[in-house]
Amino acid sequence: MESNGWEVLQLQKKAQQIRRDILEMVYRRQSGHLGGSFSIVEILVALYYKTMRIDPANPKWEGRDRFILSKGHCAPALYAVLADVGYFPKAYLTESFRCVNGKLQGHPDLKKTPGIDMSSGSLGIGLSVACGMAFGGRIKGQDFRVFVVIGDGETNEGQIWEAAKTAAHYKLDKITAFIDLNGLQNDGPTAREMSMAPMAAKWRSFNWNVIEIDGHDFPQILAAVDKAKQSTGQPTAILCRTVKGKGVSFMENQIKFHGTPPNEEEYQKALGELS
Amino acid sequence: MKLSFRDALKESLLSLGQEYPALVVVTPDLAKSLRIVDFKQTFPERYISVGVSEADMIGVAAGLATTGLIPVAAAFAMFAVEKPFEQIRNAIAYPNLNVKIVATHGGICVGPDGATHQAIEDLALMRALPNFTVLVAADALETRAALKAALEHKGPVYLRLGRDEAEVVYREEKEFIIGKADLLRSGNDVTLVACGPMVAKALQAAEELEKVKVEARVINMHCLKPLDEEVLLQAARETGCMVTVEDHTRIGGLGGAVAELLVRKHPVPVEQVALDDQFGESGDAEDLFQKYGLTVSHIIAAAEKAMLRKSSQIFMKERR
Repeated sequence: MESNGWEVLQLQKKAQQIRRDILEMVYRRQSGHLGGSFSIVEILVALYYKTMRIDPANPKWEGRDRFILSKGHCAPALYAVLADVGYFPKAYLTESFRCVNGKLQGHPDLKKTPGIDMSSGSLGIGLSVACGMAFGGRIKGQDFRVFVVIGDGETNEGQIWEAAKTAAHYKLDKITAFIDLNGLQNDGPTAREMSMAPMAAKWRSFNWNVIEIDGHDFPQILAAVDKAKQSTGQPTAILCRTVKGKGVSFMENQIKFHGTPPNEEEYQKALGELS
Repeated sequence: MKLSFRDALKESLLSLGQEYPALVVVTPDLAKSLRIVDFKQTFPERYISVGVSEADMIGVAAGLATTGLIPVAAAFAMFAVEKPFEQIRNAIAYPNLNVKIVATHGGICVGPDGATHQAIEDLALMRALPNFTVLVAADALETRAALKAALEHKGPVYLRLGRDEAEVVYREEKEFIIGKADLLRSGNDVTLVACGPMVAKALQAAEELEKVKVEARVINMHCLKPLDEEVLLQAARETGCMVTVEDHTRIGGLGGAVAELLVRKHPVPVEQVALDDQFGESGDAEDLFQKYGLTVSHIIAAAEKAMLRKSSQIFMKERR
């Protein structure tokens, strides 16, 4: 897919708006994960606005493409996008997120939130579920695709590699996994805490189609998704170099904003940068 | 007469595979051990081996269920439940997905493979999960009926089977209703509540007790969750004491389920024939049952103790 300049500009504007929505949710509720949500905004915007075959009016449509946020703690990013494309009212974002009786749980919940294809939150499970969905499509003769977003810290989980071998062995080429390489995990830099380098070589050695991109660059994301669609016989891993806290200067690459909400001063300053 | 659980599983999956086009079997490299190679050959497109990776098996089953298929994740209880327990909890129980987990090798009846392969906590684990239905089949014929009931039920189900052969309890096709226990023998002196292959032993114990003029009621509690409260409360009222019988730790399984109910609604003396809080070991199943207290004579002794407790309660009441 060739992306023209005007279109890229629109997507960038959309990404800024989604970041503001995320900031609003997490600030108001004083709970939630900002840093990792900001690092996947462009990936989600590219998927939900340009790539996925979906019908927000009919969230259970059998032929829809599936999405799994395996790094479920970054639910704010997904909720902001789902609300924006029309799965549920935008008011949920501030009235319901992480609240008792709320529709928007701390981590994605397929029973409570329209548009969520799989509950997640416990790391490492999403890629196996993606395999199950892809098998389901194959058995039922449906051609939907399955997209998964996995954190770099999350790839410490052994189950990711259990699923990686299953997807490759069964040639589940409808699966596209985005690996969000923001370089920071809960306790610190991934390079120090638990290095998964060389990441690309790991996926290649598991017999995946591997594409490496800048995860904040729309033309690169869209081109990679196109290449993934053309892959036959191999699932695709799109390794996305990203910045945790992307878009707000003082949050970028700061471990503090993994799970700590901003105070009022930080919120105002961040909002200014995102306007 | 004894019949094999695994042969029953093999035949049930084959025939139910015809009946349910949505049935998909997922296993972690155990097709031969589970004797489901025939299913694999008959329905290759609906058979998925994920290799030796149980966590992956559970995730794959969950994903399949989201597309409307009915996955049966089949393995030994240790590997179907205990290894991937957190995955079951968060990817199946919490989203309430229509996955059936079918496990052979429940309990010390596993025998020579020893403690690492003897799942003695699986019922406690699975009972504790919201949304799950927990079934235990007593013999070969009940295996088929339970599997069909599991497929008919919408929602996650755990079905526990034994490893090998079990004494036949049911000689003809039976209906299996989730939440309804089977009353196998009437009697008003004591109630024996059993599940799995221990049901046949409870029936033998009842026959022995009859020789000494004790009328034991026998209930096959093949559904631990939801529990058939009605049949248990009626038995508590009418027999006044109970013995639970299971190849499982005494913590949290059938005995736990019965005690939790009775203590709330109709307390009567309950004795447990179950494993003490310890692991098993290698050995022939019958030798293990002897060593760990799961034989017919252990059931009889427990029944006598329960009745003694009942009569001393009555005596104390009358003295007051």
